[in-house]
Formats: sequence, C-alpha cells, structure tokens
Amino acid sequence: MIDFELSEEQQMIRDSVGAFARDEIRPAARPADESGAIPAPLVAKAWQFGFVSGAIPEKFGGGGDARSAVTGAIVAEELGFGDLSIAIHVLAPRLFAFPIVEMGTDDQRAKYLKRFAGADFAAATAAVMEPRFDYDLSALQVSAKRDGGGFVLNGGKCYVPLAAESDLMLVYAATDAAKGFAGVDGFIVPRGAAGVTISEREKNMGLKALATYEVTLKDCRVGADARVGGDKGIDFSRLMSQSRVALGALGVGVMNAAFEYARDYAKERKAFGVPIATKQAIAFILADMAIEIDAARLLVWEAAFKLDKGGDGLKESYLAKNYVAQSALKVTDNGVQVLGGHGYIREHPVEMWLRNARGFSAIDGIATV
Amino acid sequence: MIDFELEPQVVNQLKMYHMVSEQMMRPISRDCDEHEHQKPTQFYESMWSASAAASNIQIGHDKSKKDDPSKPSAPRRATVLTVLSTEELCWGDAGLYLSTPNSGLGGAAVMAAGTPEQKEHFLKRFKEGKPKWGAMAITEPSFGSDSSAVATTATRDGDNWVLDGNKIFVTAGQMSAEKSEGFVVVWATVDKSAGRAGIKPFVVEHNTPGMTVTRVENKLGIRASDTAAITFDNCRIPLDSILGSAEVRKEGGFKDVMATFDATRPIVAAMALGVGRAALDFVRDFLKQENVAIRYGISPRRLTAVERDFMEMEAQLQAARLLTWRAAWMLDTGKRNSLEASMAKAKAGLAVTQITQKAVELLGPLGYSRKVLVEKWMRDAKINDIFEGTQQINMIIIARRILNYSSKELN
Repeated sequence: MIDFELSEEQQMIRDSVGAFARDEIRPAARPADESGAIPAPLVAKAWQFGFVSGAIPEKFGGGGDARSAVTGAIVAEELGFGDLSIAIHVLAPRLFAFPIVEMGTDDQRAKYLKRFAGADFAAATAAVMEPRFDYDLSALQVSAKRDGGGFVLNGGKCYVPLAAESDLMLVYAATDAAKGFAGVDGFIVPRGAAGVTISEREKNMGLKALATYEVTLKDCRVGADARVGGDKGIDFSRLMSQSRVALGALGVGVMNAAFEYARDYAKERKAFGVPIATKQAIAFILADMAIEIDAARLLVWEAAFKLDKGGDGLKESYLAKNYVAQSALKVTDNGVQVLGGHGYIREHPVEMWLRNARGFSAIDGIATV
Repeated sequence: MIDFELEPQVVNQLKMYHMVSEQMMRPISRDCDEHEHQKPTQFYESMWSASAAASNIQIGHDKSKKDDPSKPSAPRRATVLTVLSTEELCWGDAGLYLSTPNSGLGGAAVMAAGTPEQKEHFLKRFKEGKPKWGAMAITEPSFGSDSSAVATTATRDGDNWVLDGNKIFVTAGQMSAEKSEGFVVVWATVDKSAGRAGIKPFVVEHNTPGMTVTRVENKLGIRASDTAAITFDNCRIPLDSILGSAEVRKEGGFKDVMATFDATRPIVAAMALGVGRAALDFVRDFLKQENVAIRYGISPRRLTAVERDFMEMEAQLQAARLLTWRAAWMLDTGKRNSLEASMAKAKAGLAVTQITQKAVELLGPLGYSRKVLVEKWMRDAKINDIFEGTQQINMIIIARRILNYSSKELN
C-alpha cells in the first residue's frame, strides 16, 4: 500500500546523520577539496555511526542490523548533503564488507568480517570501474581465468577508492564474458598480492578529497577460496543495483546542498533594491531545482524499495541513477547560476558541488547501501 | 513505512478500469476526435450504468468519510485510488474521461466548500436516474490564472442570489447546464471591494433561466469533452445555493478555491500520466515489433539515441507518477499538500507534453499519421500543462512555498 512516511527509526537516523553532515562534514568539505585530505578524526567519528559495523552479524561483533536499501538511501542522501568525497570515503569499507555479508561463504564471513566490527575505521574497498569510455558493468574487461584450483586475474581498474590505504580489496572480473552480469565474480585480493599494481592517486575534476587509484592486475593469482560465495558466486547485478541506489541517493544529497545554498543566497542578495529571489527568473530556477530533487529522491527510494522486496531492481536503479546523473548536474549548475559571478568563486561551495555532481555520469560501483 | 507497492485488490480494480479503457474508450477514441461535438451517448449510458466503475471516477472526496466504515481505523486513501484509476482511464482516452457523466469539478467544489446537507442535496443525483454532469466555472474572458479577479457578481435580492457575468472554459459545461439534470458551480463575488475574500461558489441548477451556453469551443485535443462559454444574465438562484457561508471573511472564499486545487491538481497530474503512459506503451510495443531492444544496465555510452530517448521518457513519467502519488497520499493522510500538488502538476504536465511529442518523433511517419492515436495523445497531453493552473502558475506557487514568500512578495 502506497506510503511515503519514514519509520520512526528512519526519521531518527536521518536526523542524526543529517546533523552530523551539516555540522561536521560540511565545514570540512572545502578544506578537504583543496588539500585532498580528509581529517582522520572526522572519519573516526563517522565510523561511530556504524555505517559499516551495523550490518556485520552479531556473532562477528557487529550490530546485526537487517540491511534496508531504503534506509541506506536515506543515510547516503544525508552524507552526500555534507560532502560527496567524505561520504564515499567513510562508506568505502562497505564495498568489501557488504558483499561478503550478503553473498560470502561462512568461511569468508568468519575470516573477514570481524575487522569491520571494531572501534577503528577499517579501510577496505572494491574495484569495479575500468578505464575505458564505454566500460560496461555487464561486460567487464578484467578477466578471471581458472588455473588449477584457483584463478588468474588480468586487466585494469580505475576509480578504486582508498585502494592504497586498504588491507582488502574486492576485484570484480568476468569469469564468463558471454554471460553478462551472471558471468561476473568477485575476488578477494589482499594488500601486497603479487601481480597487483596500484597507481599514483588519480587526479579528477571533482571528488578531490577522495583518494582513488588505478589498479592493474597482471597474472594475479588467487585461490579458489578468494571467490566470493565460492562455487555459488555472487549476484553482481544486484550488487550494482544497490550501488546505483547509493550513488543516486548521494546525488540527491548534493542537489539538496546546492538548492539550499542557492535559495538562502537568493533571499539575501539584492538587485535593484529587492532580493533576487523575488524575481521570477530566479524563483523559477529554484522551483525547478526543488521539483527535480523530490523527483530524483522518489525514484531512488522506489528502486531501493524494490531491492528490499527482493527484486533485482535493475531497471529502476538504472533509470534512477541516470536520472540523478542528469538532474544533479542541472541542479548544481543552477546553483552556480543563481549566485552569478560569486558562484564561480571558490569562496562559495557551489562550484565544488557542480564539479562533484558531474562525476555521477562517470562513476559506478563506488558506494553501496 | 515507505511503500510503493499496490495491494492485489487495487491491482484487480485497476485491471477493471483498464478493460473499460480498452473496450469502451479506445474503439471510439479516433471517431470522437474527428467529430468534435458529436456525443457518444452509448458510452455515456454504459459508463453511467457501470456504477461500480463510476463510483471512483468522481473527482474529489468527502474529508469526513472513511473509505471503509467497518474499519474505522483504516487509513484514508480515496485520493490515491482516484489518481490510480484516473491514470488508467486516461490511458484509454483523456477526452472521454473528462466527458464521463459524473459530478466532476462541480462535485469537487461542493465537497470542498459545501455543508453536509448541501453535499447530500446536490450530489445524490449522481447515484440515480439518467446520466448527469457537474461542472465548475471560474475562468472569465478577462482572466485565467488570476482567479482572484472574478468579475461575475452575485447580488442578494430578497430570497435569491442574482448572478451576472460571463464564464469560459467550463469543462462539461454544456452537458451540466443544458443537456442533463446536472449543475454548474459558479465562482462569483458578493463584494468586489473585498477582493479575494468576497469570492464565493454558487450552485446553479441545469436550465436555470438566465444561464445560457453561448459557445462550445473547438480545441487542439480532448475533443470528446465539451468546453463551454456560459453567460449569466440576471440569473436568479435560491439563497441556499451558496456553498458554505455568505459571510465575507479575510481569506474566506478564495481559500476554498485553493483547497479545491489541492485536491484536483494531483488528479490532473494523473490524467497526464495516463496519456503519457499510452504513448510510452505504444512506443515500447512498436520497438519490440521492430526488434529494437531497450538495454537497461549497459554502459550509458553504448546506448543508441532511441534507447536513450525511450529511457528518458520512462524515467520522466515515473518521476511524475511518484510525485503525483505523494501529493495524493498527503491529502489522504491529512497533510497540507499545496506545494506537493503543484509540484506533481507542474512535473506531470510538462513531462507528458514532452513524452508524447517525443513519441511522435520516435515513430517517424507513423507517429505523425492519424492512422494511429499517438499524434492525438500529443494533442491531448498539452491541456494538462494548462488547465487547473498552467505550468507557470504552479511554478510560482512552488517558488512562494519554498521561499516562504507571500503572493505580494513574489508575483
């Protein structure tokens, strides 16, 4: 039955994460963008929210919370409102932990999950994207070939968050290229594994505070026990749907940041003796931003809801994420436009949000719910 | 809890509406478009007698009534159900949907502004006898969106109100005023010096002397629905024809107009959704026939232009649909929804205008041909970006709300 009300728990989560994003992440965002470094105390504080440990089963010391993509979207939106780079950084360990929680073997759970239930941020990541303009999640170029009891990984990855900082990395590779999503497996690759080269840190237009790397795999051998889920493998399509929901929700947060900033500015800034917000030329831009934010959020929630109901959410998450990629660009661009020349100056955050928002058309798989 | 799922009973109910669309509307859709003022009387009769179907077609609802009296705690959901059924029926034909015999916007005004006795008195006719229509007359030749500029007057004269003025763009005006035992709700001012506060709704019964339909418009689309110009010349109606109180209070009468819009805008948005989905479904079937696959999940850089366009149409329609559901849900749960109703209306009106235009483009020569209905849906869709508040008026309402500005501060 159609309902748009958050549960009480979800409202509490939204309020507390929202306050953290507004009061602590936001002030750190610009310095982090300029310096490329996120303060460790901020990351440590975010860790205390249990964004990762909450979903680790109790028997491994975690919160044992039932995961919900809708709740995950609510969290991601609030963090994205604070700052996109910091949000992706603090959520990055999920990229390794959550597929193991959901699809790993008992042995893999026992071996790898405990570290995510501790008091300290445990850097871990996943390598999904590939450095081609038309890299395709359903046709990955990185391959995994059977070799004796194990697998040999070959190919290049990019935009791997925290690759150099992580002890553990999940590498997604095609075991059977003809099978599309179904032919993709995830492989656990520990730090220092032979055949793995991590590049210098990537330099991007936005997301400048987020450390991302290219990862090259050359005859990287892993054992059969490195394959997530064992012979059963993984549901890669579902993992990518979850990722699109997370990225979509982060994008809604970025849009909302730009909207609020531009709205408040337009009410203060005067031209011809009146606030510019009283002019339709500006007011209509703001109204359009507000509509697009709500529209995008609802599309993301619907995709999340489908996932929570056990559906694959492929179409919904794909359309929602692509919608966000377009509307986040438009909304943040309007944020700059409303501020005029001031929007172009780095003293205001709107130009940073425009640079960050442009990233949504390029990124996949670097956050999850 | 966030929920986007329709329960099985509702899905079944919608299947029934879909059958009505498929079997009763689509077969006469083109004919009604080509013969604008010809009345599909058999359709009227069938719709009227299909009382089960007709009960939910009524626009607007009674805030005091629970949906299911046996379960007093059951949440209200009349508006959500109405937007769902409206989409389904407008998938069939938006013009025919608007011409369906029922209390229409007149009924919505009675519901929003009338006393319980008035609701009973004016609306019970829609449950009995021959097909009837209800209409609402606000717009005048000298104004459209600025509904506070009502120039039609209502003057007290003994036991009567006397109406004088000209109304235009009255949907189902002819059917309500002259061709059935229906009524027209007329917004008129009882005190011009009071501005908005003096504007009140009056129920004028069919064939009341002094009320004349002077013209039925020829339109771009929704041709099955009559759009009338009605003149009131010394039109005398009983004192109790005024809906609500005759007292002129600050924010009084105009608030009722606005309350009506909060209820009707999600429904107009739902009409748009129906037309948009008709076009989308047609394009989807067509592409399938032509073996053009829509590949969800692949690299966006590998999509064809047609795939991109189709997905954009699909996402835009769904975005509009979810905004519409939310606005309806808010009304049902007693939340103030003026902002969200305008968002839904503005988004759906524009999105569906563009979706149907794109559908014509994607189909090439076939899309432009009157052999199929796609070009008609493009013409039908456009009205949803205009009536019940144009795109621009809804944007102003949204802007005022998000900026917390009065109509004086932002106009």
